[in-house]
Amino acid sequence: MSILTLIIKREFIAKVRNKSFIVMTFLSPLLFVALAAFVGYLSTLRSDVKKIMIHDESNLFANDFKQTDEYHYLDFSQMPLQALKDSIVAEKYEGILFIPKNADNKELSTKIQYISNESPSMSFIEDLQDIIGKKMTVDNFQKAGLDTLAIKNAQAKVNINLTKVSGEETVKGLNEIKVIIGGAFGYLIMMFIIIYGNMVMRSVIEEKTNRIIEIIISSVKPFQLMMGKIIGTSLAGVLQFVIWAIVGTILFFVASLFFGMEMSTPTTEMASASGNNFAGTAQLYISELMNLPLGTLLSSFLIYFIGGYFLYSSIYAAIGAAVDNETDSQQFLLPIIMPLMLGVYIGFFSVLSEPHGTIATVFSMIPLTSPIVMLMRIPFGVPWWQILISVTILFATFFFVVWFASKIYRVGILMYGKKPTWKELYKWLKY
Amino acid sequence: MSNILEVNKVVKTYGDYTALNEVSLSVPKGSIYGLLGPNGAGKTSLIRIINQITLPDSGTILLDGEKLQPKHIQSIGYLPEERGLYKSMKVGEQCLYLAQMKGLSKAEAKKQLEYWFDKLDIKGWWNKKIEELSKGMAQKIQFVVTVLHQPKLLIFDEPFSGFDPVNANLIKDEILELREKGATIIFSTHRMESVEELCDHIALIHKSNKLIEGKLNDVKRAYRSNTFEVGILTSNVEGLMYDLTQKFKVSPASFKSLNEDLKLQIELGTANSNELLHVLTQRGQVTHFVEKIPSVNDIFIQTVTQ
Repeated sequence: MSILTLIIKREFIAKVRNKSFIVMTFLSPLLFVALAAFVGYLSTLRSDVKKIMIHDESNLFANDFKQTDEYHYLDFSQMPLQALKDSIVAEKYEGILFIPKNADNKELSTKIQYISNESPSMSFIEDLQDIIGKKMTVDNFQKAGLDTLAIKNAQAKVNINLTKVSGEETVKGLNEIKVIIGGAFGYLIMMFIIIYGNMVMRSVIEEKTNRIIEIIISSVKPFQLMMGKIIGTSLAGVLQFVIWAIVGTILFFVASLFFGMEMSTPTTEMASASGNNFAGTAQLYISELMNLPLGTLLSSFLIYFIGGYFLYSSIYAAIGAAVDNETDSQQFLLPIIMPLMLGVYIGFFSVLSEPHGTIATVFSMIPLTSPIVMLMRIPFGVPWWQILISVTILFATFFFVVWFASKIYRVGILMYGKKPTWKELYKWLKY
Repeated sequence: MSNILEVNKVVKTYGDYTALNEVSLSVPKGSIYGLLGPNGAGKTSLIRIINQITLPDSGTILLDGEKLQPKHIQSIGYLPEERGLYKSMKVGEQCLYLAQMKGLSKAEAKKQLEYWFDKLDIKGWWNKKIEELSKGMAQKIQFVVTVLHQPKLLIFDEPFSGFDPVNANLIKDEILELREKGATIIFSTHRMESVEELCDHIALIHKSNKLIEGKLNDVKRAYRSNTFEVGILTSNVEGLMYDLTQKFKVSPASFKSLNEDLKLQIELGTANSNELLHVLTQRGQVTHFVEKIPSVNDIFIQTVTQ
């Protein structure tokens, strides 16, 4: 058995045998399902009805407020405003909408007040403004002597159908699905890098604090040890993910049987949301999903996963080598977490609005963010040459960073005592 | 006797700091070679270079006549001063792992382990985790791991630290036995009494330079100052002192003796011991007459503080 496989095997077994690994592996899917069930249960609970008093001196709007599950509007226009204010706490009202008497709508539009103890949500206020605004518009039309019915009929509503150049019809909302799929993959990579990168770092620190390191590296090259560690840990991680996937699937089926959920529900819901003829639309969704570059997506997930994970975990290993304990590592960890977070944010904000825009394209080339951003872009169809460039840059950086990290690693593992500064790390490169 | 290890003008710098300045050593085959020096002298740097943990900036190292290369890892056993083991790994697995890293096959490693576990009376530990063992017990495991692959050259950095006297003695005997079987041992330590006891060659490194190297007796001979410790029973102390101070440098001495004698330390300078004896026998009865041989400790302190 070669030395590298020996190290990989030891690291793998050490990780897998660890109690916290076993607990995490089998408990987190349960926790996850329990959490999902809990959230689901919470959302079925009806939230408290909020009672809103309306004091409408103009007598124009009171009937336009429709009762909803969340808000009950009560007309108290006959009572004096001060009395309403006094009773707001005692009678458990949410707030008072005060519309003063004013002949001129223009003037009125700036005089309306909402009085409450707790500040209301933005969307609620927007709803109120919308209702009052609509009513005022109609009132303005009437005052100007316009036929409101004619205007209403004259209003046009447009619904643009999406079609590809190839002629197939596509469905709306698919972009969101694409972002969710790409995002899930990108997010998975980020989580994996953070969790297992940290594990690599801890394992390096452990060898340092155990002082076994000197014995080990009198037998193997530091580079071999570092790579063995990274690969061994990642294999443990892959195993964990596979177990999660299997346990998750089983739990999902058990749960769906238990709660009598129908597997097809989400699709039909989406279809009915998009409107007419939902059976046909559902068909479209499914065929669209099938048309997604699944092969490209999966293979590039694998490639970016390997590239990204190795890139980051070698940095983690170098940090582990540079410090004596985990507390000291914080200072060096921030620059690692930042690009990962950036990748996820760029993915969700920029890729969603403009999958092939400049920002998304640039960040899918930068190696520290490309594993996340590019994966989010791929469902939208990325030209192969862009993927090629991005992967090339990623792996070139990977080799450079591994070289760089192994230098720091080589020196760092034998350094004890004070926490190194950035300047010292730079000096180590030249040793 | 040929040399198992030849270090030629090895230089190692860390940034601006020079850890080793053209250090050369010759370690004869079958010797127990004491590598001495105060803290920070460069001993560990040199040992790490011999173990190929770091590379020298310049200079060459020959092991058994061959230029040092990765395959030589199997010929060297190294017990570092800062030692430790994987805490949560079982003793047996850990030993197997470390032995396989040194190039032993699993079967061979097992065989050797059984031999050593038997020898050191630690058979029952195979399935224990290191964290369940005491420090001294862990040290024993560490020793086994170091010698398991039957290396030609053993490097021990402070081997006795952490051992109680019984176990230290046990390890000392093992070291001597390994030498009998043909291994060469390099011994880095601050404990001069163990150097006196075990080493036949020594080298002293101080401030990145090698200051002394050679057979222990040769070194001592070079450092002797022709000084004798003398015990004498005499009724005429003044007369004796007068005669002695005429020819030699005399100072009081202290050593154990059953007699109520006068104890003196006498530096002969260029004179020989017979001349001193002649003076002494004329004045009284000599009860003690020994050349003062410099201890390694004296040599160490003398060299380092110069």
